[in-house]
Amino acid sequence: MTFVQNFPFICIIMTLFGGPLSSILGRKKAKVLNTAIITAVGLMNLAVLSFVIGTGESYVYSMGHFPAPWGNEIRIGVLEALMAVFFSVIMLLSILGGVKEREEQIEESKQNLYYIMVNLLLSSLIALIYTNDIFTAYVFVEINTISACGLIMIRQNGRTIVAGTRYMIMSLLGSGMLLLGISFLYGLTGELLMSNIHEAVVKIVAEGRYHDPLIVSLGLMSIGLAIKSALFPFHAWLPDAYGYSTVSSSAILSSLVSKGYVFLLIKIFYRVIGFDIVARSHIIDVLFVFGVMGMIMGSVSAIRQSSISRMIAYSSVAQIGYIYMGLGLGSTVGLEATLYHVISHAATKSLLFIAASGLTEVSDDSTDFFDLTGAGYRNKLAGLAFTAGSLSMVGTPLFAGFISKLLFAEAGIGHTYKTLPTMIALAISTVLNTIYFMKTVIRLYTPERQKVEEKKHFTRIHWWNEPLKSATLVCFIALNLVLGLGSARILFLIRNGLRMFG
Amino acid sequence: MQISGLITNYQEAAAMILFCIGFSNLLLQKNLIKKIIGLNIMDTAVYLFLALKGYIEGLKAPIVVNGVQSVNAYINPIPSGLVLTGIVVSVSVTALMLSLTIRLYHRYHTLDLDEISTRLEKEGL
Repeated sequence: MTFVQNFPFICIIMTLFGGPLSSILGRKKAKVLNTAIITAVGLMNLAVLSFVIGTGESYVYSMGHFPAPWGNEIRIGVLEALMAVFFSVIMLLSILGGVKEREEQIEESKQNLYYIMVNLLLSSLIALIYTNDIFTAYVFVEINTISACGLIMIRQNGRTIVAGTRYMIMSLLGSGMLLLGISFLYGLTGELLMSNIHEAVVKIVAEGRYHDPLIVSLGLMSIGLAIKSALFPFHAWLPDAYGYSTVSSSAILSSLVSKGYVFLLIKIFYRVIGFDIVARSHIIDVLFVFGVMGMIMGSVSAIRQSSISRMIAYSSVAQIGYIYMGLGLGSTVGLEATLYHVISHAATKSLLFIAASGLTEVSDDSTDFFDLTGAGYRNKLAGLAFTAGSLSMVGTPLFAGFISKLLFAEAGIGHTYKTLPTMIALAISTVLNTIYFMKTVIRLYTPERQKVEEKKHFTRIHWWNEPLKSATLVCFIALNLVLGLGSARILFLIRNGLRMFG
Repeated sequence: MQISGLITNYQEAAAMILFCIGFSNLLLQKNLIKKIIGLNIMDTAVYLFLALKGYIEGLKAPIVVNGVQSVNAYINPIPSGLVLTGIVVSVSVTALMLSLTIRLYHRYHTLDLDEISTRLEKEGL
């Protein structure tokens, strides 16, 4: 075993201990420690990624000294390492992009507490990505929920506390169902490690026994994770939680937390149950229907919003719909599209949140569209970044969003009876996306009227006034372009990863 | 077979009924404290179910006494371990929910989540 193979384990432990450590450090030191940890995690995962690409197969790392059926283990392949790298990059950029807002919006004595939550969140995300044990996955899902709730309500006002409470209630319903599903599965198979469960499930299915309990267990786990990642009918908590928390939190929550659950669901489908068994059940049809509904209803709600942050939040509902639609197609091509969209949406949505915070900053801290008129001239870089993000969301070529829409369309064509709904939903959703994003962009570049400026306290910010935020915005735009232009390479990695994932 | 299955496995059936009671309480109650009680009933129902999965009639708790090491002497210890882990998780989640409730009560002097929401709408925050 080479030294690189230890890195995933070191990442999880380092981030877990980074949390409590930041609670005893001062504000500045905690910030430095946090940035250093996230950077280190990103670099380590990059090393792991290049290692597994080199060897061409995934490897199993046992935690503790007990061998497979008794001990706990993590499993590392190309797909897992790729996700971990992307998650840490996006987390780092989101944290750096919102430093100023955090210092204004969070009480000074509580600022180091923010980094506990960020560290725990990163640790749980990495553990969710790598773990090969289904009960460990459940425990880290709960850690993820608790730290996400902390991120929402660290900015103390009535809205965020209510949003945090609503988030917790819905999340707990989801985890209850997930836990029950896992218990059913344990009762059926008697195993906890994902690969062993899969063997047992294949045996049960071949013998034709326990068909109904297996489907019930699969359904409970799918719906539980769907509630937690805010699939359409369960999205009521989302707009408040994303719209009123501090900007780094919104960016992290929308781009990473929900994606962690989606990744776990893909893992359950692909590694635990087996994708052919899942594709034959009707669970994915349910997910497909809700996904398609979410794509349209999320966009319709987004059009009706009068505040930019709530609009972006509702757009997340639509994008989660895309992800579940891809899963619901039940084909490997659909799964590849889903995984690509997980990455591209994460890069775009965090860009939009941070650009929007730059725009509201020059508009008297108002998120109302009326006040944002002409904000693109007052903060040029943020305006440019928001435009780039919008273009990506709408699906303009060159940007990441275009490739994901293309992949979804390709995946839809291959299917027998889901082709037409997929195409219609994609078309309607793209038109709706265009309406609300381009409406916002046009407003940003409409010259403001004098009367408004007298009443409100509008300022002007140049890119050199906030070097850190400008740098993150530029990085985000570059990331979007890289994802859009270098999609062949990313897709190659995803395909390769899926091959060794199951 | 269906009904007789429910009667012979009455413990599992009880666990599922409890789960449904807890789930609907957590979802539908307006009062936050009642919601938290619902959460605890729901989680405990799952632990009951898990513990039942590991229980084998007539065997002892898996603690080695008098040097008996045969597998056939003890019940399956893994579900008990899972239940313990689950209890830790649900305790911390309950603590977080209770602290959120205290925050909300101090601010709005009510435990009704719907009323708090309507009040927020009025404030226009």
